[in-house]
Amino acid sequence: MSTVDLAKTAAAAPIRGVAGARRRRWKLPFSPWHLVLVPATIILIFPFFWMIVTSLETPSEALRFPPDLTPHVLRFTNYSDALKAAPFGRFFWNSAVVALTTVACNLVFCAAAGYAFARFRFLGRGALFVLIMITLMVPFQVTMIPQFLITKWIGVNLLAGAGIGHIGALIVPNAATAFGVFFLRQFFRTLPIEYEEAARVDGATRLTVLMKVVLPLSAPALATLAALTFLDSWNSFLWPLIAITSTSASTLPLGLATFQGAHATEWTLLMAGNVMSLAPMMLVFLLAQRYFVRSVASTGLTGT
Amino acid sequence: MAASTAAASRRRSGAPPGEVRNRAMARSESLAGWAFVTPASVIILLFGAVPIVWSLVMSFQQNNLLSPHTPFVGLRNYRTLIHDPAVLSATEHTIVYTALFVPGTMIVGLFLAVAMNRQIRFINFYRTAAYATMAISTISEALVFIWLFDPSYGIVNYGFSLLGLPQQQFLNDPSQALFVVAVMTIWGWAGFAVVIYLAALQGVPRELTEAAAIDGAGRWATFRRITLPLLSPASLFLAVWLTINALQLFDEVYLSTQGGPLGATTVVVYYLYVQAFQNFSFGYASAIAYMLFIVILVVTAIQFRVGRRFTYYRS
Repeated sequence: MSTVDLAKTAAAAPIRGVAGARRRRWKLPFSPWHLVLVPATIILIFPFFWMIVTSLETPSEALRFPPDLTPHVLRFTNYSDALKAAPFGRFFWNSAVVALTTVACNLVFCAAAGYAFARFRFLGRGALFVLIMITLMVPFQVTMIPQFLITKWIGVNLLAGAGIGHIGALIVPNAATAFGVFFLRQFFRTLPIEYEEAARVDGATRLTVLMKVVLPLSAPALATLAALTFLDSWNSFLWPLIAITSTSASTLPLGLATFQGAHATEWTLLMAGNVMSLAPMMLVFLLAQRYFVRSVASTGLTGT
Repeated sequence: MAASTAAASRRRSGAPPGEVRNRAMARSESLAGWAFVTPASVIILLFGAVPIVWSLVMSFQQNNLLSPHTPFVGLRNYRTLIHDPAVLSATEHTIVYTALFVPGTMIVGLFLAVAMNRQIRFINFYRTAAYATMAISTISEALVFIWLFDPSYGIVNYGFSLLGLPQQQFLNDPSQALFVVAVMTIWGWAGFAVVIYLAALQGVPRELTEAAAIDGAGRWATFRRITLPLLSPASLFLAVWLTINALQLFDEVYLSTQGGPLGATTVVVYYLYVQAFQNFSFGYASAIAYMLFIVILVVTAIQFRVGRRFTYYRS
């Protein structure tokens, strides 16, 4: 028995040795994970790359099959042609105004409400909070038809026809969100209450406490809410599709969809428009990547 | 001045001084509370809560905007919905799409996150490439993918020809269109899944994987038995979150296929949109929306119930 065992180990040892030697001999000068990550990254980036390539080709080059991976001449006139065919500058301006105003309103309104829900005791607090939480569960499709009718009514009757079709229709219904109120309330509750009490004893009003004590301590949470709201607003499509009827009030996604409908197979023009539509957001994202990523990651942590 | 008024009121109410001050403070706190919550609450209730009730009422009405009368018709919209073959096929398409999209995104995200969870050269570049898909809007994403998958001039068909595979019709083929939509949305959500899984992987304590390695576990066994269970809360979150979004698929379908070809990509929300904003059958569309809401609630509840059994929470 024991001799067999010994023989086995004796036989096994050299094999392992050979395997080890072989592994050492074949050791790559770089981490083997690059072999996985390089193709994966090419697939992830390729749509962006191809969009830019097509946007710089002549129409006949784009329709060549098999396709050329690089254009012969860089044709920047596609961009000016796209700008002539649709007002992308206007779309960008609308998107920026809507997204920035929505973010600003959310920060102000959600911070105030979240703080009150976190710290104040007032009649009806529990009921109101539950009501707000219920709206968080309901998908947008349930509320969109009445939201359309309400927004239209406000526009026609209170704002002299401005409401629907005006970019205000994209801002007002999203000026405060249940998610924002809930998210900031949860964050405010984690702050030590002693600072706030000390400020109150020193005679500060509640508004001053919120502005001077609580909000400076809440910069990470406010940045997260701002980043998530901005991404949401910038990329939203279904509500603008319903609420906006004119080109001059279109946001980038809506304008791009209309542009695609009008120039269905003019790929060089479409891709030039597409590059212009996503370039500003991509730039903001790459510059503030760390904040965006941290914000998105935190949604996962609150979710679990 | 203030002291004398306080004294006067104390004399009148006959209450001890501390209690009066407390009651006054409580009233001021209540006032402040309402002042702080009112702006946000008005918006959320007006555009979020009122519509919930309103659309429920509408789902019991015949409401098609063309006639000013909106009579109550009881459960008729719901009865029509159950027997509507278009709703049935839209539900089928939504289920098929969800079954492709959710596991697809989770597997791609997990694979990329594991590969990217190490400090090697160019790692920030690799990660940025994945994250960048988060910044692209659904419309931009769909627009570039219909070009990539164009049957005549698309680069994907060129790739197929290089591999000796037959040319495909992709979005023009009723049996393939939904797969192409799934591919583009998986690409669009890959960055999100990577962020969630990378954050979770960074929470896996190194002692545990090292201890497993010392005990003789191979890399795969360590991943399977240690890492994967520790990632289960992130997996549950992703499964729930991606499913909710998959059931609400609209943007990509609107841009790339308009529900076609031959209705092959008409998913529930697209059908709802057509009913509501092309046919203006608000009553019927509201009934569909409520059906969707209930399906989402049930599916999410099941996922949490089943998920809890497989989810491992530390501490």
